[in-house]
Amino acid sequence: MILLASRNPILRWSWIPEQWDSRIQPALLEHIQLTLLAVGIGFLLSAVLATVALRYRWTVGPITLFAAFLYTIPSVAFFGVLRTTALGLSIFTVLIPLTGFTILILVTNILDGFRSVPAPVREAADAMGLSPARRVLTVEVPVAIPYMINGLRIATVTTVGLVTVAAIVGQGGLGALILDGLRRTFWTPLTIGSVLAIVLALTFDLLFVLLRNWLTPWSRAQRS
Amino acid sequence: MSTLKAVIMTDDAQTPAIRLRGVSKRFPGAKEDAVAAMDLDVDRGAIVALIGPSGCGKTTTLRMINRLIEPSAGTIEIEGRDVTNQPAMQLRRGIGYVIQQVGLFPHRTIAANIATVPRTLGWEKARIDDRVRQLAEVVGIDTAMLSRYPDELSGGQQQRVGVARALAADPPVLLMDEPFGAVDPIVRGRLQEELLDLQREVRKTIVLVTHDLDEAVKVADRIALLNVGGVVEQYASPDELLRAPANGFVEEFVGEDRSMRRLALATVGDLPFEPGPVIEVAADPAAGLAVIDEHRTDWLGLVDDEVFLGWVPRDQVAGGGALADAQRYLPAAQVAPSSTLRSALEVIMTSRTSVAVINDDGRFRGTVTLERIRGGLAGDLDGPAERAA
Ligand SMILES: Nc1ncnc2c1ncn2[C@@H]1O[C@H](COP(=O)(O)OP(=O)(O)OP(=O)(O)O)[C@@H](O)[C@H]1O
Ligand SMILES: [Mg+2]
Repeated sequence: MILLASRNPILRWSWIPEQWDSRIQPALLEHIQLTLLAVGIGFLLSAVLATVALRYRWTVGPITLFAAFLYTIPSVAFFGVLRTTALGLSIFTVLIPLTGFTILILVTNILDGFRSVPAPVREAADAMGLSPARRVLTVEVPVAIPYMINGLRIATVTTVGLVTVAAIVGQGGLGALILDGLRRTFWTPLTIGSVLAIVLALTFDLLFVLLRNWLTPWSRAQRS
Repeated sequence: MSTLKAVIMTDDAQTPAIRLRGVSKRFPGAKEDAVAAMDLDVDRGAIVALIGPSGCGKTTTLRMINRLIEPSAGTIEIEGRDVTNQPAMQLRRGIGYVIQQVGLFPHRTIAANIATVPRTLGWEKARIDDRVRQLAEVVGIDTAMLSRYPDELSGGQQQRVGVARALAADPPVLLMDEPFGAVDPIVRGRLQEELLDLQREVRKTIVLVTHDLDEAVKVADRIALLNVGGVVEQYASPDELLRAPANGFVEEFVGEDRSMRRLALATVGDLPFEPGPVIEVAADPAAGLAVIDEHRTDWLGLVDDEVFLGWVPRDQVAGGGALADAQRYLPAAQVAPSSTLRSALEVIMTSRTSVAVINDDGRFRGTVTLERIRGGLAGDLDGPAERAA
């Protein structure tokens, strides 16, 4: 093992400049693209589902149950099964599960956000003669924003990790590097893929924190 | 809005500004009414206080007036128009509402909170800014706070912002749900004065919910005392409520010291004055002694051509020297005509001499005595509005 490790180091630095253009950068970009698409589409769908849930209260249970069901499907199975369908190796084979996994996190956080609007605040908005639409857009959404961003944060970080699993159907972004490293017992691509995935997740996390602070100066006032 | 204005301009004194007829509310699933068949007329430009134990339907009544909730039965008219015949949003923009739990928008600055309704109505920015500053001053909010967020203010400060927000678009009708509940007694007193000043200037129609009988007595023209279930036990002027409680519930609610409370309702100027044991300073000391004896007192008041000089004790008068040389008792016990009977009583109780009533310009008007105050309690004492008029 020790001999093996020395001949096959955890990271061979020269591999990075050699492979950057042909493999590392494309994998990183694909990873970012898949993550943003999945979370973006997931957020739109969740916004629609949350709106329905808030409008028709009885749908909260079924919608949450459906989202939880999607969330509990083992990811490997989800990717693998879709591959055998007509979708084959298209981007949808990856995107559908990735999007599905974000919905539970996003829907619950959006709902929590709207529930966090204090009843007196809602009542004051009505009492001031704001229309319901204006109340939702200018009062409820801004107050719910910290929760929504929190949901986006968790969903994004989770998705960055899940994208690597999609390598088993050939589109895993940085996961392809990791899988390659595993197959060849050549640690360098595995290390690079893993480290970049972690750095990517932390970067998204930081960006969301900055975004939240920028959008909600009032809630910083509360924390300080 | 235009119809509302038109009605105000015709100033038909016969129509009350707000009229409730048989208004009741039963919440879904509740066994009892929260408000039961309430009749209530609020005159234009009057302040009506709703008071009563917790859960008696005060907030529910206010919320029905601006249609945050709909009555189960009965009609509510504002300026002669049934509120259900107008779009709720438009109706509410003409009604300032201070809600019980304040409910400031946490994501907006204090200035933006106050500007809510003017912005909805599409005022120009400069006009909004002016109005916000003006209101901040009225409610005692430092302009440096205007750029802060609600969470950075104390509860009492938030409450004052809530009042400013309700006043922003100068609505003819104001509904205030315990607007001063969280501020300290000194600021509360000041805000109550502000409210009365404001009322004298702009004559809004105000329905004010309070837990504080003294507050109701001080600011209201009429008080509606509610019992659990939204039953109006008595609807009367503060003085009548205190002087002639309609039933045992009212009597218990207003308390054993209701006569003391009534004393806050009237001022010394409302009482007839008596000349009292007072004499011109140039008069003969013997004449002074005669006045003292006539009033069966130990003190003689001196005036010099209507200007009150002070009180001198009997032995100084009996000494025989000129009255002008007699030693005066300082500080002289005196009150202004605008003092309440309550504060006059305080002076009477703590002075050995009689108590002089001195005009703002220093002129002597007479003396006030315990007997006069007691006599005053036997009759009607005017409310603040009548006094202001
Ligand atoms: N939205 C609601 N749904 C059901 N019941 C309600 C609702 N709002 C108020 N009630 C009930 O109606 C009654 C009157 O409530 P309301 O809030 O008007 O009391 P209040 O006089 O304002 O009391 P407080 O002085 O404590 O503010 C109470 O018994 C209350 O529980
Ligand atoms: Mg209440």
